[in-house]
Amino acid sequence: MNPLVQLAAEKPENPLIPPIPELVIGFIAFVIVFGFLAKKLLPNINKVLEERREAIEGGIEKADAAQTEAQSVLEQYKAQLAEARHEAARLRQEAQEQGAVILQEMRAEGQRQREEIIAAGHAQIEADRKAAASALRQDVGKLATDLAGKLVGESLEDHARQSGTVDRFLDELEAKAEAVR
Amino acid sequence: MSADPTQVLAFETDCHIFDGCGFPGPGLHSFLFEPIFGDADSNIYFNKTMLLALLGTVIIVGFFWAAFRKPKVVPGKLQMVAEAGYDFVRRGIVYETLGKREGEKYVPLMVSLFFFVWMMNLWSIIPLAQFPVTSIIAYPAALALIVYVLWMSLTFKKHGFVGGFKNLTGYDKSLGPVLPLIMVIEFFSNVLVRPFTHAVRLFANMFAGHTLLLLFTIASWYLLNGIGIAYAGVSFVMVIVMTAFELFIQAVQAYVFVLLACTFVQGALAEHH
Repeated sequence: MNPLVQLAAEKPENPLIPPIPELVIGFIAFVIVFGFLAKKLLPNINKVLEERREAIEGGIEKADAAQTEAQSVLEQYKAQLAEARHEAARLRQEAQEQGAVILQEMRAEGQRQREEIIAAGHAQIEADRKAAASALRQDVGKLATDLAGKLVGESLEDHARQSGTVDRFLDELEAKAEAVR
Repeated sequence: MSADPTQVLAFETDCHIFDGCGFPGPGLHSFLFEPIFGDADSNIYFNKTMLLALLGTVIIVGFFWAAFRKPKVVPGKLQMVAEAGYDFVRRGIVYETLGKREGEKYVPLMVSLFFFVWMMNLWSIIPLAQFPVTSIIAYPAALALIVYVLWMSLTFKKHGFVGGFKNLTGYDKSLGPVLPLIMVIEFFSNVLVRPFTHAVRLFANMFAGHTLLLLFTIASWYLLNGIGIAYAGVSFVMVIVMTAFELFIQAVQAYVFVLLACTFVQGALAEHH
C-alpha cells in the first residue's frame, strides 16, 4: 500500500484542524517562556534599565549643578573684582584728596613758619639795632663828654652823667632825625 | 530504508529526472510526522514539532537567562543584544500601539510572544531542524487563543457586559438604519474572524515558506541528472535566496503577530466609539 495513502487514511488531512497534543505542548511551551520572562528576567532588566536611566540623568544633573555653581562662583568673583577695583579707585581718589589737603596744610605751615622766622629776624634786628644804638649813644656820650672835658679842662663826666645832658642832646638829635625822615 | 516520504530526506532517494521517476513534490505529507514515541491514534505521542517547540523554549529561556539573570548597568555584549530585542518590542510595538502608561502591563506578554513566535519560525532554516514549528496550526492557534482570551476578558472587564458587547459590535447610534448590519459584521469580524486569521496568517506564511524551500531543495536533488544539472544549479540558488527571504519573513511574521495582539488589546481598552 502506498504509504502516502495509508497516512492520509490515518490522519485528518486538513492542516487547519489543530491536533490537540500539539496545542497542549504549544501552550505549555509558551507559558514556560512567559513565566520566566514575566516573573524573573524582565523585572530584572527593567530594574537595571531604571538604574541606568537614573545614573545617566543623575550624571547630567550633577554636571548641571557643577556648571551652575561654577557660574555663580564666576559671577561672585567678578563682582568682588569690580568691587575691589571700585574700592581701589575710591582709595586712590581719597589719597589724592588727602595728599592735596596735606600739601595745602604743609604749604600754609611753611608760610607761617617763614613769616615767624622773618618776624623773629626782624625783632632780633630791631633789638640788636636798639642795643647797638644804646651802646653807641653811651659811647658817643662818653666820647663827647671826654672831649668836652678835655676842652674845658675838667671832668665833666660826673656832671654830664648827673644832668643827663648827653642823653638829652642825643634825644633831640634823634627827634630831629625822625622829623627829617 | 523506509519508503515513508515523511521520514525520508529528499536526497536519500535515488529518484532523479530521466530515470522514469516522478517528481516527489512537497505537500501536506511534508507537515506530518511519525511520532518519535507514542501512538498517533491515541493522541498521546511525541513528535518532531513538539521536540522543536520544547527545544525552542529552552533556547529562549536560556538566552534571556544568560542575558538578564544578573544584568549590569553597563551591559555586556549578550545583555546588549537581548536589551536591543527587548527594547524593540517594548518601544517599537507596545508603546507605539498602547502607549507607555497603558502598555507597560502587557510588555512581558508581548515580548514573550514575539520571541516565542520568532524562535518557532526560525527553526525553519536552522540546519538539522529545518521545520517551522508555526507551520503546524496548533502552535499559532494556542498563541492566538491566549491573546483572544486576554482580549475578550479585557473587553468585558473594562466596559462591563453591555459595554463590552457594544465595543465588540462597533455600536454607534449615529449610523442609523445601517447599525444592525454593521453590528453583525463587526461581531463576526471581532469575535470569530480576527482570532482565526490571527492564527492562520502566521501558520499560512510559515507553511508556504516551508513548502517553497522544500520544493527548491527537492528539485535541486531531483534534477541532478544529464542536462538537468544546469536547472539543479538554478534551483539551488533559489534555495539560498528563499532561505534568506524566509529569514526576513520569519521576523516580519513574529512582528505582525505581536502587533495584531497589541491592536486587539488596544481595541479592548479603547473607549467605545
